[in-house]
Amino acid sequence: MITEKPLPVIDHDSAPYWEAAREGRLDIPLCGDCGKHHFYPRSVCPYCHSDNLSFDTVSGRGEVHTFTIARRPAGPAFADDVPYVVALIELEEGPRMMSRIQTDDPENVHIGAKVEVTFVKATDEVTFPYFKII
Amino acid sequence: MKNGRDPVIVGIADASLKDGKFVTNASVLGHAALVAKAAVEEAGLKLSDVDGLLTAGMWGVPGPGQLATVTLGEYLNIMPTFVDGTNIGGSAFEAHVAHAAMALREGYCEVALIVYSSDQKSLRSRNLGGRPSVLSMQHETPYGMPTPVGGYAMAAQRHMHEYGTTSENLAEIAVATRKWAQLNPEATRRDPLSIDDVLSSTMISEPLHLLDCCLVTDGAGAIVMTTAERARDLKSKPVAVKGYGEAHTHWAIGEMPDLARLLPAQKAGERAMKMAGVSHSDIDVVEIYDSFTITVLLSLEALGFCKIGEGGDFVSGQRTAPGGRFPMNTSGGGLSALHPGMFGMFLLIEAVRQLRGDCGERQVEGAETALVHGTGGTLSSGATVILQKD
Repeated sequence: MITEKPLPVIDHDSAPYWEAAREGRLDIPLCGDCGKHHFYPRSVCPYCHSDNLSFDTVSGRGEVHTFTIARRPAGPAFADDVPYVVALIELEEGPRMMSRIQTDDPENVHIGAKVEVTFVKATDEVTFPYFKII
Repeated sequence: MKNGRDPVIVGIADASLKDGKFVTNASVLGHAALVAKAAVEEAGLKLSDVDGLLTAGMWGVPGPGQLATVTLGEYLNIMPTFVDGTNIGGSAFEAHVAHAAMALREGYCEVALIVYSSDQKSLRSRNLGGRPSVLSMQHETPYGMPTPVGGYAMAAQRHMHEYGTTSENLAEIAVATRKWAQLNPEATRRDPLSIDDVLSSTMISEPLHLLDCCLVTDGAGAIVMTTAERARDLKSKPVAVKGYGEAHTHWAIGEMPDLARLLPAQKAGERAMKMAGVSHSDIDVVEIYDSFTITVLLSLEALGFCKIGEGGDFVSGQRTAPGGRFPMNTSGGGLSALHPGMFGMFLLIEAVRQLRGDCGERQVEGAETALVHGTGGTLSSGATVILQKD
């Protein structure tokens, strides 16, 4: 039985982010009042609660803040990926985002490792920002 | 200063399990009703005396479980005039005790019934996948995050990185908790367990092993609260609710403000202890939510039983085991007694049993004050209750 992997249910908050990913850019919200980037995309800034927000293309660089090596899959859809690394990436611009580390060597992933975004197409609609160790 | 409307717990009940499954034949609501009836009867009350109904659960969703208190009230044929369906995960029941306490003090209710039931083991409804990929979860689920263990694993990894905590430290908790379970005939897992057993058990989500994780069982429990004044005419020995606090910080683990520090426990614990007028040295027995070993370590630090980062040292040498200096999770906890999905109910029941002196072989000598702390979600919420022998 082929079990399909879960895809994001894209909404009005997240549509520009996923659209940019499809085009190979990492775009996240930037607050026009306090000047902070945030993730995940919201309608108000989580820091100063301003709604003066726009999407900004960021560097795509950051470091591994924490991670886990999944030895048991998150459901049958991920069974073929095991072991795989789910990581919380701290972007150079400040926000943290959950992603996957693209690697053949999960044991070598560590907290503080420098990473860079890489885009992995899942469907015509969805491209995921994964990260690789640099 | 004592007041006739001070809140007290006067009834408790839980369902018997065999191999982690209910032994009686009833639906998930049927088990809720059976423990509700047992708890009010133990108190010397009737279900028709209940005017406050509080519940949280995962049953019947989508469907009647979306309005859980309403559905449960209908099933029991009671018409509460104070209701609370607060669901902040496994700590919901500690928050319910707080909310019922406030309603009792205010005269908004006279008899509050808190109920929980889950047949997840019998239904085989638990899995690691879980959360639909909508709203904030669209940024987590598609990456294959094992839920909820992956979030706890990420916190453990961060704690190890910042403070040098080891897998052995975490295993100490699982082993100590199993020793308590061995003294509890109702506990699901009672076979001997060593630190090596924990470390050599299957790795699930690094750095957490299978035996760092709680059980998956059925379970149902109920608590009845009323005022000190009303309790004087009842047959059970009341346990006083002296303090409470609650807080939450995030749902997605990526939004946790500091992955090595459990802020909800810090906030809830401080408030509860201040309200009760107790300090750490006054606490005789501690019941802390053990969804995973790391949950306990983070809670102990945040509640102030040791400094942040020193949890590993604190639990070493089987300090929390029977005969140790810090009696904790005396039923065998979620790690070894039962874990039906939202364990907070059973922390409260065990604390009441300890304060009543009803715990047999596992009784903590001279237990007069207990601290109960629940954690819910993915280290998301925390709620603390301080209970005292009346």
